[in-house]
Amino acid sequence: METQFPMKQILNEDGIVVNSEYESQMTEELTKELYVMMLRARMFDRKSVNLQRQGRIGTYVPFEGQEAAQVGSSLVLEEGDWMFPTYRDHGATLTYGHSARNLFLYWKGYPMGCVPPEGKNIFPPAVPIASQLLHATGAAWAEQMKGTDRGSIVYFGDGATSEGDFHEGLNFASVYNAPVVFFNQNNGFAISVPTEKQMKSKTIAQKAVAYDIPGVRLDGNDIFVVYFETKKAMDRARRGEGPTLIEAVTYRYGAHTTADDPSKYRDQEESKRRRETTDPLLRLERYLQNKGYFEESWKAQVEEEITKEIEKAVEDMEAYGPAEPSDMFTHVFETPTWSVQDQYDAFKARVKEEV
Amino acid sequence: MSTAVKTQKLTMVQAITDAMATMMREHDDILVLGEDVGKNGGVFRATDGLEAEFGEKRVIDTPLAESGIIGTSIGLAMNGFRPIAEMQFLGFIYPAFNQIMTHASRIRSRTLGTFTVPMVIRAPFGAGVRAPEIHSDSVEALFTHMPGIKVVIPSNAYDAKGLLIASIEDPDPVLFLEPMRCYRSHKLEVPEEKYTVEIGKGARLQEGDDITLIAWGAMVDVIKKAAKEIEEEEGIHCDVLDLRTLYPMDRDLIAESVQKTGRAVIVHEAPGTGGVGNDVVSLINDTSFLYMRAPIKRVTGHDTPVPMCAIEDDYLPNADRVKQAIIETVRF
Repeated sequence: METQFPMKQILNEDGIVVNSEYESQMTEELTKELYVMMLRARMFDRKSVNLQRQGRIGTYVPFEGQEAAQVGSSLVLEEGDWMFPTYRDHGATLTYGHSARNLFLYWKGYPMGCVPPEGKNIFPPAVPIASQLLHATGAAWAEQMKGTDRGSIVYFGDGATSEGDFHEGLNFASVYNAPVVFFNQNNGFAISVPTEKQMKSKTIAQKAVAYDIPGVRLDGNDIFVVYFETKKAMDRARRGEGPTLIEAVTYRYGAHTTADDPSKYRDQEESKRRRETTDPLLRLERYLQNKGYFEESWKAQVEEEITKEIEKAVEDMEAYGPAEPSDMFTHVFETPTWSVQDQYDAFKARVKEEV
Repeated sequence: MSTAVKTQKLTMVQAITDAMATMMREHDDILVLGEDVGKNGGVFRATDGLEAEFGEKRVIDTPLAESGIIGTSIGLAMNGFRPIAEMQFLGFIYPAFNQIMTHASRIRSRTLGTFTVPMVIRAPFGAGVRAPEIHSDSVEALFTHMPGIKVVIPSNAYDAKGLLIASIEDPDPVLFLEPMRCYRSHKLEVPEEKYTVEIGKGARLQEGDDITLIAWGAMVDVIKKAAKEIEEEEGIHCDVLDLRTLYPMDRDLIAESVQKTGRAVIVHEAPGTGGVGNDVVSLINDTSFLYMRAPIKRVTGHDTPVPMCAIEDDYLPNADRVKQAIIETVRF
């Protein structure tokens, strides 16, 4: 089976193009945009880890190492498309236009953090595993019934493929030919459990065979292959040709969350080695250098702009003011039931007394 | 009811079909989806004729996957459609529990109203129809405990149509539970046109000063029977309430009734421990403690799985058990 689903690659670890299929579209402009968005995602992630260490946000879920998978796949979306992320996909949501301030607010524990900018169909991060595949299918199915050419992309990890909802999601999408891209980031670990203890199948892409939909296996650290193959899948969906399962093989350098210790379950030397070999940013930087598109001064300028943007988002997060406890009561139903209203009134009275 | 209103005599299950058809004629965005709801018209014929009238794009035979039905309905609901998802039996809802608990019921709350899930989940439930194992569970309490979802249970044809239409129009997710025993147990005159019965409002079926009987679903017929017999046998006059909605519950109706009678018996077929009857007791404590002349009694199913049908009558509350509770309460 593994040989039927070879890992596609366009750019190898040394930044050399090994597949010229899309070379004409690999313009300087696109390449630089991909690089900037990856750098932005990485800097956002590192900032978040630092904010957590400083106690300025709560537990955080890092994704460093997975930037190519997240940025490359989300950059193909168009206005009106639907995105269903997990709690590890801020690189994707940020790229699709989520507000960095709200992403920080999310990890600070503010309900506002789940709210995307107006008109952006970005769903709040799915916390249960694999359940969001069905929402993506339903939302895409709705677009199909409305007769639009919009679709959904849904993110999930390797562990999610063990859940029933993974299979139900693929099955429903296949039966209804729904315009969904199922985008798997196989980062090798479901918290501490390695892929080989998760499944006997050697690839995730091959699971598509059971649903008679295309399954594609990608080098998830090669942003070109991620971008062009996701675009192909999304275009297919838009043309009414149905869902695609994409497996992007990637690697997270750090912990599952800032609350766990990866040294307990994997070799830390591997993470170090990966930073120098398969890293998505380094690889694209090498390519940019090879093409003569790269200058240190340009990178420094880009870094400065991103730093400013992120600092501003942190400032806005911290200036946001105290969280509003009334949010807990006022959005359970469109109109509060008497029990919610009574509890809200009692809460307000209690808070007033304390002041 | 005005004489101008055209009515037809319907069973409860026919009234449910009629409610869906009435709403689907008005609104193209309403979809019915579930297992066997299309050609077959549902195992109880609740969707009979809908596919013929509205086509298989709106009445959808789904794959056999409860989580899939609810999960995709969530996606459809937040993207402009109003799905009515049928669970073949409430006892089959467990695989979908995760979708309802972790998503449907809290998407509005999580997104501060940015995304909402206006969907209805319909499910037949309850024992007493000699169904196989697991089919007969009454697990309404799992859902009244779930923040963000309403729980509605009609006991007759008129209420069923009005409540289902109200549920479809509700902007939030509603679990609409259909007592199987009531599907064809009687017929009522049901208006042909659209009307609603307000969610959250119970009904007083009989006036009496001595004791309040409270039930929902199939147990409503049981308390009606008990009330009739106890009046004839003992001269005890019962105030008989059908709650119709379990969340939000009709606090005012219950309080008004028990403040008049000073006594209450609550009857449900779900297990007693953690059952919705406990919430009724608690509500009476909150609103009417000083009016009470006797401890409130509950007559419930046992804390056992609903047994196989050869012994299900031993599980279910019946009029005799209710009458016993009434006598003990009145003579306390």
